[in-house]
Amino acid sequence: MSDLAVRLDHVYKKFRKGEIYDSLRDLLPALTGRLFRQSELSATDKREFWALQDISFEAKRGEAIGIIGHNGAGKSTMLKILSRIMKPTKGHMEVNGRLSALIEVTAGFHPDLTGRENIYLNGTILGMSRREIATKLPEIIAFSGLEEFIDTPVKRYSSGMFARLGFSVAAHVDPEVLVVDEVLSVGDYLFQQKCIARMKGVIHSGATVLFVSHNLRAVAELCPRALLLDHGKLAGSGPTNQVIRQYLDGSCGQRTLPANVPVYISTVRIRDQNGEGITFDSGQTIWIDVEVMARRPTQKLAIVFWILDDSQVDICDTSTERLGMGSFSLDAGECFTCTFEVQLNLVQGTFYPSLALHRYDIQTTYDSWSPAATIYVRSDADVRGIANCFPKITAHEKAEAAALRGAGLRICG
Amino acid sequence: MKEDLSELYRYRELLYMFAYRDIKIKYKQSILGVFWAILMPALVVVSGVVVRYAFALMTNSQLNTTEMVGVAVKSIPWAFLVSSIRFACTSLIGNSSLVTKIYFPKEVFPLAAVLSQLFDFLVASSVLAVILMIARIGASVYLLWAPLLVFTLIVLVTGIGILVSAASLFFRDVKYLVEIFLMFGIFFTPVFYDVSTFGPRGRVLLLNPVTPILEGLRACIANRHSPDTAWILYSVVFGFVLLVGSYMFFKRLEPAFAENI
Repeated sequence: MSDLAVRLDHVYKKFRKGEIYDSLRDLLPALTGRLFRQSELSATDKREFWALQDISFEAKRGEAIGIIGHNGAGKSTMLKILSRIMKPTKGHMEVNGRLSALIEVTAGFHPDLTGRENIYLNGTILGMSRREIATKLPEIIAFSGLEEFIDTPVKRYSSGMFARLGFSVAAHVDPEVLVVDEVLSVGDYLFQQKCIARMKGVIHSGATVLFVSHNLRAVAELCPRALLLDHGKLAGSGPTNQVIRQYLDGSCGQRTLPANVPVYISTVRIRDQNGEGITFDSGQTIWIDVEVMARRPTQKLAIVFWILDDSQVDICDTSTERLGMGSFSLDAGECFTCTFEVQLNLVQGTFYPSLALHRYDIQTTYDSWSPAATIYVRSDADVRGIANCFPKITAHEKAEAAALRGAGLRICG
Repeated sequence: MKEDLSELYRYRELLYMFAYRDIKIKYKQSILGVFWAILMPALVVVSGVVVRYAFALMTNSQLNTTEMVGVAVKSIPWAFLVSSIRFACTSLIGNSSLVTKIYFPKEVFPLAAVLSQLFDFLVASSVLAVILMIARIGASVYLLWAPLLVFTLIVLVTGIGILVSAASLFFRDVKYLVEIFLMFGIFFTPVFYDVSTFGPRGRVLLLNPVTPILEGLRACIANRHSPDTAWILYSVVFGFVLLVGSYMFFKRLEPAFAENI
């Protein structure tokens, strides 16, 4: 067997916009129209667009590759082509080995069947044999955590339970090539961690994994290499951290300014001691350089700086005024620069520094830029939540409770 | 085509699971349950007998047992044909999330639809067989024709099912056309009447490939004689050609299913 697991060779995929002729009544005029309109090719071309253009890449056996990109970049189309649900319009695709796609893990469920019956049904849909499912059944049920409800029709399940059961079945398929599309977003935090652990296991067992997600943290954690798709084109490929940075660079920075504001934030630059960056270590100090430009004279300005987390919660908020710098005034054409220094005592994840120009006494916001940038915090420590308080643990010898009580420690119970 | 068939064979358990699912959910949350599989064809048989009774009244003749048995052995396969084609026709559209999300040979949908209806057909025909056995009707050496005739019917139904399921995925018109054909088909197929009712001109009806099968079943069970072999051969050839043609048509269109459903 060759070393190559997946190969895409100049793959193109074209889609049609708008309604496809669904009944004969629509088809007949469309067909006759086509006969007379041969010269006007552009008219039909307008209804079509390229979902994928000239995509080429290779994945070796045992490699885990992340695929990132904004909505509509063509990620899902690419996975559908890989999993042979769709045919490329042009180009060639090759997959060596049993491929399993976790695209919509609950697609095969029937609401009237019980959890157990659905495990069998969904398992066979995903390509397992009934005997294989029978041997894995206890494991699948345990993974889903739905032991109590396994003989209840799934229409009585909550949506979380539904999704958990779906992923549990899908996670127990042993593929040679695994294609995953945004399925980790199901369930609560604990279940997600369980899923990531399971995926790591799959990668460890030597399977090739192609992983599409908006969860950049999960992509960075699972895949050493990543591809960046942008409007159907392959915009980047390489080590995941580099590609994530390219993605974040591309998705921020562009904004449209209202034409009539008197002052605005013109530049934001984030750097650490090594220069400009977007990926930082937890606990590191970073500097945010801000440049403000004035079109008309404006008085008593303050710059507000805050950081949002993934769920848009304001986790750190300050301003030039609150930091004791006082306000500043600008004349037309003048420019003001300052630098915020912050220490990133944050857990691993994605965070969004944001900025605004504000005048406190008349409560006016001249310019707001949120998020002004996206940064990615790395950490080796398994600390969850938002703040990294750098916890440490020290074990002590076993001792008599009485002795500890004597030393002034309070013991419960 | 050989590759397609071997892939289908690899997915045979899925076919079984879909058929199981369809049978199971059909009778879930219903009071009568599997009894419906007997009740529905029984109603068709009863209406057939009513029609024959009307014929008998008009011609001033007696409705005899042979005729009644003839109607019964034709009605039950006809009910199977109607429900399988109807069910197969919507089998792809009804499972659109699976068609667009997961890869497997999609012909399992129409095949499972036919298979699940076959279950009902078997239940109903077993009941009929028991009734005929108790009444001591139909047992003869010509009964050996019956399995071949039923098999031909299944081939024919599967061929139609595969064809209409793919066609209706692209154009919903097909679904309504099929409904019309199934609704009025009973007037153009000798189910409640026989080919002989029309005299020599009735032979035109035999061009309908279902007719020789139904007439054959009546001949070998109710009338205890050999069916018209030439016409049976016509149905067999028609059925197989249709099945192979439909399957090739289906596989040809399959890659375009996901984006056209």
